[in-house]
Amino acid sequence: MGRYVIRRLLQMIPVFIGTTLLIFLMVNVMGDPVAGLCGDRQCDPATAAQLRKEFGLDKPVLQQYLIYMGNLFTGDFGTAFNGQPVTELMADAFPVTIRLTLVAIFFEIVIGITLGVVTGLRRGRPVDTGVLLATLVVISVPTFVTGLLLQLLLGYEWGIIDPSVSPEAPLDELIVPGLVLASVSLAYVTRLSRTSIAENARADYVRTAVAKGLPRRRVVGRHLLRNSLIPVITFIGTDIGALMGGAIVTERIFNIHGVGYQLYQGILRQNSQTVVGFVTILVLVFLLANLIVDLLYAVLDPRIRYA
Amino acid sequence: MRGATHARWAACAVAAALAAAGCGGGGDGSGAGGAEGIVSSSWGDPQNPLEPANTNEVQGGKVLDMIFRGLKRYNPKTGAAEDMLAEKIETTDSVTFRITVKDGWTFSNGEQVTASSFVNAWNYGASLKNNQKNAYFFGYIEGYDQVHPEKGQQTAETLSGLKVTGPLTFTVKLTQKFSTWPDTLGYAAFAPLPKAFFDSHDSWVAKPVGNGPYTVDSYARGSKMSLRTWDGYPGTDKAKNGGIDLIVYTDNNTAYTSLIAGNLDLVDDVPAAQLKNVQADLGDRYINTPAGIIQTIAFPYYQKAWNTPGGAKVRTGLSKAINREQITDTIFLKTRTPAKDWTSPVLGEDGGFDPTLCGDACEYDPAAAKKLIQEGGGLPGGQVKISYNADTGSHKDWVDAVCNSINNALGNTKACVGNPVGTFADFRDQITQLKMSGPFRAGWQMDYPLIQNFLQPLYYTNASSNDGKWSNKQFDKLVDQANAESDTAKAVDTFKQAERVVRDQMAAIPLWYQNGSAGYSERLSDVALNPFSVPVYNEITVS
Repeated sequence: MGRYVIRRLLQMIPVFIGTTLLIFLMVNVMGDPVAGLCGDRQCDPATAAQLRKEFGLDKPVLQQYLIYMGNLFTGDFGTAFNGQPVTELMADAFPVTIRLTLVAIFFEIVIGITLGVVTGLRRGRPVDTGVLLATLVVISVPTFVTGLLLQLLLGYEWGIIDPSVSPEAPLDELIVPGLVLASVSLAYVTRLSRTSIAENARADYVRTAVAKGLPRRRVVGRHLLRNSLIPVITFIGTDIGALMGGAIVTERIFNIHGVGYQLYQGILRQNSQTVVGFVTILVLVFLLANLIVDLLYAVLDPRIRYA
Repeated sequence: MRGATHARWAACAVAAALAAAGCGGGGDGSGAGGAEGIVSSSWGDPQNPLEPANTNEVQGGKVLDMIFRGLKRYNPKTGAAEDMLAEKIETTDSVTFRITVKDGWTFSNGEQVTASSFVNAWNYGASLKNNQKNAYFFGYIEGYDQVHPEKGQQTAETLSGLKVTGPLTFTVKLTQKFSTWPDTLGYAAFAPLPKAFFDSHDSWVAKPVGNGPYTVDSYARGSKMSLRTWDGYPGTDKAKNGGIDLIVYTDNNTAYTSLIAGNLDLVDDVPAAQLKNVQADLGDRYINTPAGIIQTIAFPYYQKAWNTPGGAKVRTGLSKAINREQITDTIFLKTRTPAKDWTSPVLGEDGGFDPTLCGDACEYDPAAAKKLIQEGGGLPGGQVKISYNADTGSHKDWVDAVCNSINNALGNTKACVGNPVGTFADFRDQITQLKMSGPFRAGWQMDYPLIQNFLQPLYYTNASSNDGKWSNKQFDKLVDQANAESDTAKAVDTFKQAERVVRDQMAAIPLWYQNGSAGYSERLSDVALNPFSVPVYNEITVS
């Protein structure tokens, strides 16, 4: 197991280098970021040259990349255009987005799996059809529509929540945005666990468990659920990274100053330091989430082993 | 027992992930507004560090306007430059100015505002090594080319034209005659700076200290700045509220929703999508007043095709093919006013605004347009492509409308097309690299309410914002003449003569003046926008 983990960690290195290089090149081909810094007027050439020097933009792109990577290993993610170190931006943004993601994951697990189990065990009944229909609606409506609609209804019409989240972003204000962020994945989790449960409900080992006279709770909880959750866990695991990166829409609607907001600003201002830094961390999150998923397999099904 | 080991590994991994997330918790959860006389207002994240000579956009400018007072201040209603910290500014030749600073002014940290506070701040702003984006404001002062050379290293640390002559007096020597120069001193770049700025720059930027009616109470960069009324403020324009909370909104739609839901007091940018609801939502709590912003279409005169003898006729023809009334009504819902000259109504007619100056050339007349373009030799390459940046400001909508108008007038569906550029930075990059092949959108927000500011930086040969590289000897001569004129009324008249040259050559097509828009909650009264479309925060009262 230890070896497996180490191997997985080593695999991250080329992925890490590849993604950062790609992002770096992509941001750099968009043109000269200094040109946009002076608003609708031209930066005077001397100041522009000076700024380019300060941000290291006067060197060839590959050299810029090497310098950037060199600094990265000393924990220096560079400076954003407003003079703030990128690490400071990260320290502000990541906790907020992680909180939002956790709220979303929580809803996915609790609501998604519960609905999945309920419908999976009652296939073809009205409950099942109803939930299937509801998930279809949720999947087909884009997140920004759900978000804006909930914001307008809950925030303005009924006044239950604040339409925008305060800068500190406490957990209770993140419930609705979390639900919006989770909505589509939640529907998928429901459908995934429903199918999985329905399939396994007819498996031999479940029949054996029932024949042994085990109580229904134990049959469902211990035997059925544990085996049915593997595809669901895979989905949720990969979803963590997707949720953090994809929070850009939800964060914008509810004015949450998280990763999505920083990335949006970074892209708009062509601030390669910000964009590359944040994407790098997101890549790491994605890789780690996948690693955790693989490790969880072993817990759920001891037959899945790694040398 | 292998299974158990696996389980522990996994549990640890999950625990680590959760712990990482847990670190981020906390925050006191205090909501904005609601407290004693505090106004919560929408804000955008300033693009540059908050230094007076480094702030060139509205969001940072808002803060500077609250925490700084300079020698002059522009009257929030009329835009006229009035003495603030200046006791007097004297000159006999319009080149050397003797400035006396009023006694008794201090920064909010107790330090006195002296002549050196200004001179040091200006030297800092002009110096190349400090990368200040507004350095060019000091370009008229003698010695600027040594402190801020166009190429190479700077050869002097300080401007030779600035001399401290006493604790509260200093002299400024310019490189040319510029009679209205004192009127430029209301701009934020000319603000005085305390010693703390130079001693510990980083901590100053993290929490700026100035001499205005407000002090910065706390500043969480990128999300919120709390400003509180400074009780010791010596000026007459004391703040009439307890303070302002500026809250960063990523999307002005969210800010607007927060306003109508009662969670925000002031929004100073009503999103275009909400304009049709704004009357129903806010009634007379919606402000829509002209600001010192004009939008134009500029041309690349560095391209041969656009620099022909008949070019002026073609450009005038294009101008006449644009139905400004219709576009401002339907696309901007009257938040723009069709342009009648190359300045702005905020100048007032005494200041040089002239609603008759453009005259016929700005009137929609499809038949005349077609004729003029034919006489001028037709459109270069048979087609105009108007470049714009597609990322912000819904420019696509109006560029398409302008093109439609031109196409209809010329009876040719391919006469004009929009040419979107992905990002603003890329758009500006192409402009500065002189890569524009056809007309492009241009906008000008005034630095100070002077007719000079609408003409010289944009159309003078090789001026800082002359993006199209237009050059006309007669125009340059008239501008020089106007600047040397010591009588303000005569100076304005001469500038208007220069503007007529711009009109006759149609150096750029004026489109419309942009209005400032704002909406506010029932708690507030006395809300107004100044000519820079920034709310006059210190006048706002809270019930």
